[in-house]
Amino acid sequence: MDATPTAAAIAVKDLVKRYKGVAAVDGISFALPAGSVTGLLGGNGAGKTTTIAMIMGLVTPTGGTVSVLGAPMPAARYRVLHRMNFESPYVDMPMRLTVRQNLSVFAQLYGVAGATERIAELAGELDLTEFLDRPTGKLSAGQKTRVSLAKSLLNEPEVLLLDEPTASLDPDTADWVRARLERYRKETGATILLASHNMNEVERLCDRVIIMKRGRIEEDDTPAGLLARHGRETLEDVFLDVARGRQSEAMQ
Amino acid sequence: MSTAASDRSLNFSLHRVSAMVRRYWYLLISSWPRILDLIYWPTVQMLMWGFLQLYVSKTAGFAAGAAGTFIGAVLLWDILFRGQLGFSISFLEEMWARNLGNLMMSPLRPTEFIAALMVMSIVRLAIGMIPVSLLAIAFFGFNLWALGLALVAFFINLILTSWAIGIFVAGLLLRNGMGAESMAWTIMFLFLPLTCVYYPVSVLPDWLQYIAWCLPPTYVFEGMRALLIDRVFRGDLMLEAFGLNAVLFSLAAYAFVRLLESARTNGALVQAGE
Repeated sequence: MDATPTAAAIAVKDLVKRYKGVAAVDGISFALPAGSVTGLLGGNGAGKTTTIAMIMGLVTPTGGTVSVLGAPMPAARYRVLHRMNFESPYVDMPMRLTVRQNLSVFAQLYGVAGATERIAELAGELDLTEFLDRPTGKLSAGQKTRVSLAKSLLNEPEVLLLDEPTASLDPDTADWVRARLERYRKETGATILLASHNMNEVERLCDRVIIMKRGRIEEDDTPAGLLARHGRETLEDVFLDVARGRQSEAMQ
Repeated sequence: MSTAASDRSLNFSLHRVSAMVRRYWYLLISSWPRILDLIYWPTVQMLMWGFLQLYVSKTAGFAAGAAGTFIGAVLLWDILFRGQLGFSISFLEEMWARNLGNLMMSPLRPTEFIAALMVMSIVRLAIGMIPVSLLAIAFFGFNLWALGLALVAFFINLILTSWAIGIFVAGLLLRNGMGAESMAWTIMFLFLPLTCVYYPVSVLPDWLQYIAWCLPPTYVFEGMRALLIDRVFRGDLMLEAFGLNAVLFSLAAYAFVRLLESARTNGALVQAGE
């Protein structure tokens, strides 16, 4: 893996995105060090998806800059896309193709060396071996999520963007996915940015939490720091404080 | 990562093109109705026009030398129409499957994506047209392959036009999502009357002839009639068609780039498929 330990893996500066004059993202800045896991929280319409889309190079910012592994996005995205990957429940893989066919196509797109072995390795780790030759569309939601996760790990990405990775999963499968992500981060030192509505997930996985509201960053701290500052016991309460604009006693 | 490896990732990659071709091939062979669909309609059209030609030639004393112009026209029209449809349907498969986000976030470059769509348009065309051209020999004694090098010139010009239109439609789909899907199915029908597939350009009103002569396929269909009726291969027409195709292809590529930029600016790639 080609990590760049000195520079931030993801650097966002004064980032703005306006759609027809309305700010979806309104001047946010943050830098994520290599190897960190950051949770990006916010209610619907807070600007999380737009922020992630700009980091991926899918959306051109109206103002400000985004760089990933030192490459300005979206202009230099092809310099780093093979070192990144993402997983989202809002994107599918072709349903008629078998799991093996889908993974082998993406392995080839990402230029994965020893693709057959890598697919077998991931299938073993993600408990997918028995489904490899089954059409992807015939799998359960949990199995499909594991296939998407396998796709996102194929190229051993240095930067992994996850948009609600456990949405619509049962608690057992969701817990299993979180454990796998924790292990991947420990093994590879990858930088992970995670958008989620699941506060337990964020508390468990993330060493930093950014909470957005109406396109701005309202909070940016460690989970423990947020809990202490808000005088709350759970991140969910902190999230509600921010979302509803209320102040806990500790904040007053 | 070494600098060399990093540089390699910036280049056009046949490896990634072949990955996409493999993806579409898997999809095609996973469903026999999809393969049958490629052959079904061209066969129906060829039979209909073939029998119509038989009828016209018998009842209206249609020149014996003109035999085959209808069948030839419908087969060449199918190259134009199915070439574009094959390109556009492969693109639409990604939107139907909600897979576009995966591709846009992968190292696949737009030029590689387009190259894969071009390859697939040829593959789909071959699956449909080769059996139908053989049926035309069996039913009507019309041998498209006997056109030889002229067929090569016709094919190159028609497929270039079909790809240019396919690229433009792909740009519209990226920018406007599934709202532009109907364009993929219908845009080529605008060419049907204007490019004079079944009749000479001279049939059109004078002002419409100017428009017809701006479209590369018009030269191909006129060239086909010259070959089948007058037994003359019009190389000049093919060269003019090629020149116009170069212009059309450049315009389509430019439009695609601008539409893709616009899709990135307007956030359309995030909602692709809607």
